[in-house]
Amino acid sequence: MRLLICYLIGLVFGVGISISGMANPAKVLNFFDVAGNWDPSLAFVMGGALIVTFIGYRFVLKRPAPTLSETFQLPTRRDLDLPLIGGSAVFGVGWGIAGFCPGGALPALGTGRSEVIIFVVALLVGIIAAKALQSMLNRGSAARI
Amino acid sequence: MMETAFTPFQSLGGGILIGAASVLLMATMGRIMGATGILAGVIFPTNKADWLWRAAVILGMISGPLLVMLITGQFPAVQVPVSTSMLVIGGVIVGIGVTYGAGCTSGHGVCGMARLSPRSIVATLTFMLTTGITVYVIRHVLGA
Repeated sequence: MRLLICYLIGLVFGVGISISGMANPAKVLNFFDVAGNWDPSLAFVMGGALIVTFIGYRFVLKRPAPTLSETFQLPTRRDLDLPLIGGSAVFGVGWGIAGFCPGGALPALGTGRSEVIIFVVALLVGIIAAKALQSMLNRGSAARI
Repeated sequence: MMETAFTPFQSLGGGILIGAASVLLMATMGRIMGATGILAGVIFPTNKADWLWRAAVILGMISGPLLVMLITGQFPAVQVPVSTSMLVIGGVIVGIGVTYGAGCTSGHGVCGMARLSPRSIVATLTFMLTTGITVYVIRHVLGA
């Protein structure tokens, strides 16, 4: 039951991404191309998603616990550090080069298009490489202590 | 460069569904609807139950275009105006960036911003800026 609900929530997300244009690199890149073929559609995606989430979270997070899990698992950090800002800056460069972001590419896999598969494989390589680097550096700093 | 049509209503509707999914995942599982975080937990599982719910969400996401196909008779448009090498290079860079930045458009841009998290607001402003600069440089400086 829990897995079916998770599947359906993923499906709502996937349909939303599909009709919004976020799974379409041409549309994503044109949103950022203010100096060229500007297509402001994605502002409506962000706007719609943010308003619904902002209001929805107010109600949901007032409850003592989620319905299918014991606790709300919310990030608690509030500090701004170099990995956050540097990583986000790097993400933007990749997004600008390829036109896919992870939330756009995963649903797009459902179209079976080879370009999406190529991007997602490269994305996985990047995630695995970065995690390996992180754990290597962590071990290194732990050894120094 | 490809021209794309301005689609405010479809995009708003899609955004509302993305928001609804984010609210529902928080209401049921108590989790942030972030593609990066959910995917990372599938690649590096901590336990079976945790892996399963994440895999179910991703399977649902992948089914999205298929449901659109069933209803409208055609897949959502995926127009790729970049070369294969740019997809590969961009993909690796995105993977590294979202891992260090701990989130992407869905996790930081929607869920984190909706919580008014200072980290997510800074992350979102940062990647929106660097994406814009990258697109400008590629299209108008390098002329690709």
